[in-house]
Amino acid sequence: MKRRDIFKGTALALVLAATPAFAQDTKVIGVAIPSATHGFMGGLNYHAQAAIERLEATYPSLDFVLATAGDAGKMVNDIEDMVATRNISALVVLPFESEPLTAPVQAVKDAGIWVTVVDRGLSVEGIEDLYVAGDNTGFGRVAGEYFAEALKEGDNIVVLRGIPTTLDNERVDAFTAAIDGTGINVLDMQHGNWNRDDAFNVMQDFLSKYDDIDAVWAADDDMATGALEAISQAGRDGEMWVVGGAGMKQIIKRMMDGDPMLPVNVTYPPAQIATAIELTALGQVSPTPVSGRFIIGSQRITPENAEQFYFPDSPF
Amino acid sequence: MTDTAAPAARPRRRLPLHALGPLLALIALIILGASLNSNFLSAGNVTNVLARSAFIGIIAVGMTFVITAGGIDLSVGSMAAFVAGVMIMAMNAMIPALGIGVPLILAGMLVALAAGLAAGLVNGFLISKVGIEAFIVTLGSMGIYRSLTTWLADGGTLSLDYEARTFYRPVYYDGLFGIAWPIIVFALVAILGELAMRKTPFGRHCAALGANEQVAKYSAVKVDRVRMATYVLLGGLVGLATIMYVPRLGSASGSTGVLWELEAIAAVIIGGTVLKGGSGRVWGTVVGVLILSLIDNILNLASIVSPYLNGAIQGVIVILAVVLQREGKSAD
Repeated sequence: MKRRDIFKGTALALVLAATPAFAQDTKVIGVAIPSATHGFMGGLNYHAQAAIERLEATYPSLDFVLATAGDAGKMVNDIEDMVATRNISALVVLPFESEPLTAPVQAVKDAGIWVTVVDRGLSVEGIEDLYVAGDNTGFGRVAGEYFAEALKEGDNIVVLRGIPTTLDNERVDAFTAAIDGTGINVLDMQHGNWNRDDAFNVMQDFLSKYDDIDAVWAADDDMATGALEAISQAGRDGEMWVVGGAGMKQIIKRMMDGDPMLPVNVTYPPAQIATAIELTALGQVSPTPVSGRFIIGSQRITPENAEQFYFPDSPF
Repeated sequence: MTDTAAPAARPRRRLPLHALGPLLALIALIILGASLNSNFLSAGNVTNVLARSAFIGIIAVGMTFVITAGGIDLSVGSMAAFVAGVMIMAMNAMIPALGIGVPLILAGMLVALAAGLAAGLVNGFLISKVGIEAFIVTLGSMGIYRSLTTWLADGGTLSLDYEARTFYRPVYYDGLFGIAWPIIVFALVAILGELAMRKTPFGRHCAALGANEQVAKYSAVKVDRVRMATYVLLGGLVGLATIMYVPRLGSASGSTGVLWELEAIAAVIIGGTVLKGGSGRVWGTVVGVLILSLIDNILNLASIVSPYLNGAIQGVIVILAVVLQREGKSAD
């Protein structure tokens, strides 16, 4: 409690000295997220900025600090700076990695600041006031259920996996469980690392290796893009379809145009950061209870409902 | 410094057994691949492997000159991503003026080459004229190009206009007499590189510079100019590799070309060029590139072990290929 008061005192003095015009009851919300190094994080950055703009217009009493970090160390520094110099009353954080961020976020919590954790959990439970995340198990299960419905016994599929992580394991295990007992044959699983070029190479090799493939679970839209290109290079367009994931706008556009190779997609929305920021802001400006866990379900996107998942302005 | 000068003069004399080390490793890999999967030697698979080697291969030929001259360039992967991004944006912007056709493609290629040469020139200038350590300059530019690409793409992906891409696509997928264009370009670059290294003053100057800079200077080699030229050449080749890369997927993002620099450097070293400089072998680099991409290909085709271990197997084979040369060398 003491530390909190010191922070408050210094920060208040700074605020008063720097911007005397500011009302004293302005609350600052800190947002710390990884920088936009690939498509999904690019989308996440876009949605974070959009949510902040929206909220600053809606609630004049709220102020936001957004920091993006390229590694865990920088993220820790960002968070410490926010606490020390901006007197934040709430923190929304997507931990770069669970382990290194746990202790710093715990310290923020101990200073009496509201903590919202997004997507990747911390390694100690019960620190955060609010946890917002996508549903990785659901992501694999929803895709698996479509394969189970659309394929017959004895049909052959190949799977492109992401970067070897627990997140990838959860998805693949749920997928495997969903097609269990249907008689669908998983010919091969290899890591495409959520990367277009890697997925292209792996798919080329799958195509050289297997003469009969009926469907591909690419598990990610970047990988789906690479796989589709390899399939069309081999001239085997009509033979198989591909299910990606996460709803990249180019893929959603092709589904809206009725591409037969892309029958469905599964959401894992980068806009979950917006959910987290909005809920946190709501808790700051009103007595609305927002603590707990908020898991955003993975939905099946079909050509019929694709339009509602299409965000042409987002980079993802 | 002084003791590297003496052995550096020797290796050209003959083609001893140890020089064949990487070649033996390559042959062993081909035999292994063929015995594991009957499709391994099919025209389709061979084309796939050679064509996907072309990007790293073209860059690695340039890297051979840089390393031979005692330098290093860590920025090539990021540079390729940056050049690809610039090329895609330029082509998209020129569509209204040029329409979709050959002029647009040529203009895009010019932009890529110019961007690559300019990026190489900046590296070369900072290293040879300003005198900053090559490792530091290119480590810095690696970060700069990578984040510029992410910034240009707004964190997402830069995609070439769909119709322009359809028109440009044959540059990667089609070819001459059934040989894909990237393979032809890679072969030409390799042959010209080998000739330049062995038969031209430039190649000899690179080796002299890498072996002993002082001696080279007193032998009237324009040290700064040669060093700068190696980086400019590498930049130009990065541009050329990008010209072959863009038509493949028609997109570039922050994750394009990640770790290409290490693959290129590894290929150069596997091929028998000395990391300290002083002696370079372009044909060895080509073998090194093929070894690296064959390992991936074989692991995918065979799936004998857990894919989690792919990186480990790759590491073992890379080290073995170099050990083969070392043993020959000490017996020499």
